[in-house]
Amino acid sequence: MEIPLSKLKSGEIGIIKQLRGGLEFQRTVNSLGVIVGKRIKVISVQPLMGPVVISMDNMQIAIGRGMATKIIIKQ
Amino acid sequence: MKILLIGNPNVGKSAIFSRLTGIDVKVSNYAGTTVEFKKGCMPYQGKTVEVIDVPGTYSLKPTNKAEKVAVEMLKEGDLVINIVDATNLERNLSLSFELMEKNVPMVIALNIWDEAKHTGINIDVKKLEGLLGVSVIPTIALTGEGIKRLMKNLQKVKILKTKKYSDKERWSRIGRIIKQVQRIEPRCHTFLERLSDASINPIAGIPIAIMIMLLSFTIIRFIGENLISYVFDPLFELYRPLVIWVGGLFGQGFINDILIGNLINGQIDFTQSMGLLTTGFYVPIAMVLPYVFSFYIILGFLEDFGYLPRLAVLIDNVMHNLGMHGFSIIPMILGLGCNVSGALSTRILCSKKEKFISATLMAISVPCMAQTAMVISLVGPYGISGIGTVFLTLFSVWIIVGLILNKTIGGKSPELFMEISPYRIPYFKALLKKLWMRIRSFVTHAIPYMLFGVLIINILDTLGIISFIGNIAAPVVVNIFGLPKEAIAALIAGFLRKDVAIGMLLPLSLSFKQLIIASVILTMYFPCVATFVILVKELGTRAMIRSALIMVFATLIVGGLLNLVIWF
Repeated sequence: MEIPLSKLKSGEIGIIKQLRGGLEFQRTVNSLGVIVGKRIKVISVQPLMGPVVISMDNMQIAIGRGMATKIIIKQ
Repeated sequence: MKILLIGNPNVGKSAIFSRLTGIDVKVSNYAGTTVEFKKGCMPYQGKTVEVIDVPGTYSLKPTNKAEKVAVEMLKEGDLVINIVDATNLERNLSLSFELMEKNVPMVIALNIWDEAKHTGINIDVKKLEGLLGVSVIPTIALTGEGIKRLMKNLQKVKILKTKKYSDKERWSRIGRIIKQVQRIEPRCHTFLERLSDASINPIAGIPIAIMIMLLSFTIIRFIGENLISYVFDPLFELYRPLVIWVGGLFGQGFINDILIGNLINGQIDFTQSMGLLTTGFYVPIAMVLPYVFSFYIILGFLEDFGYLPRLAVLIDNVMHNLGMHGFSIIPMILGLGCNVSGALSTRILCSKKEKFISATLMAISVPCMAQTAMVISLVGPYGISGIGTVFLTLFSVWIIVGLILNKTIGGKSPELFMEISPYRIPYFKALLKKLWMRIRSFVTHAIPYMLFGVLIINILDTLGIISFIGNIAAPVVVNIFGLPKEAIAALIAGFLRKDVAIGMLLPLSLSFKQLIIASVILTMYFPCVATFVILVKELGTRAMIRSALIMVFATLIVGGLLNLVIWF
């Protein structure tokens, strides 16, 4: 099943399938190593449209909810 | 010859820098910008060479001002030490590759090596060296392990000829290298990791944040108060005879007035006399410095431990309603120490709107530690209701002005996107070095401004200029704020330093209500000159004029309202 990262719940795991955004967006997320094929786990989802925190490799990244809608995850 | 330390943020760059260099460290601004970097010296091939701690960056395609500076500085370096976080090799190698593609001579310091081993990450260093073609030296900045080897390896650095890759090629190459050199063993969560998860969990995180805030405030006040009563006040009692002796040399007259000031009940009163040698020294050293010192102990620890990004995540949704994003909490927290460092830190924000709002809200409603220390000494005797009212008012101003600015200012605030580095036990020496640099900067900036402020106020007072301005401003000060006309002197002094301004309220014997109003409007009406200069540079003149108008206007409304609603 492929869903945006913003729909995942805390504790859920998946693989980054697609980054749906312009060059600017790609560049921003790439700089922290968020690339297609990476395995991620959702650590926390902040309430009221707050950011999503994921863990990937050995690091944690906070991602705004809007950006998270553009990151497509395969579960 | 210049050696550059380049790496991602939070990879222990500063700790390595502290290890390589001696005590003589300078903080400078990069030409034409407000981006700061650290410069020090180390021995190299029998000579002394410059070592530069370049601002942390993830990529050589810059996304903010600090990163732009990092790229600019790269052109000036003769040799690069690329600091890589061993616990995050894959992401860090992206920058290493970009550096290699620039064909600069470099070595890689594979830092945080101990933590990588503990967390079950095995890296085959020899193989990595072979695949990359540059020396890779495992280091532990915390203990100094590997630093000597790193320095030795600098001697035999060679220039590579690397071809340029596209982003996609680069990542797939890094992926292949990682597969060959890195092995990860599964293991359990450590205590710090569990603490980290709890502090970004929405349910546990907010109580933890409140506890940390309250605890910090209590510790800051405890250290500050005790330093004042057991160290600085006794010191100034020893100093008193010296001042009396100096005063005696000049007899009565203008010089005595300026050096010693007015006697209160026939005695020198360090807080009220308003002389250069009395209040001019006492306020910054004995009233403010102890609090600045204790504030920076706590802030330095929270920064190096890694708490602040978690706070940014928790508060992100609130900040979006005020036209900013989570990271804007950083200028606010730094502003609590000194508005100048708060203003400088707005450079990490990329959008214009967010930068303007953050800078304005910081300047309008965040009192610096110098000012807070004075407010505590002024309204503190009335108990928590006084300090509480002042801070609650300022907090409401922060929220309300933010809500309004978010609605009225065009543009977008970007979304939060940042690494949350793991909690780390701070490196004690790096903490001390940072504390020392901050205290030094406070002492060298605050005391001259303070003395200058006291001098100017004395001269303006003698010339009758203060009472002249006082008469003009009287309708506002008296009718709107309900303060005595003499309070205008404090408002004038507040341009130079806010702490001296609040100190000047002491001899006016204001009522409790007037003290609260005066404390609030002195925070809000205008930034001190040092902050003002930085804000003009950061925001541009036109935006700063807008920002200043907002401040003045908000002060009139809030001061007037307080005068109407406070009943005690």
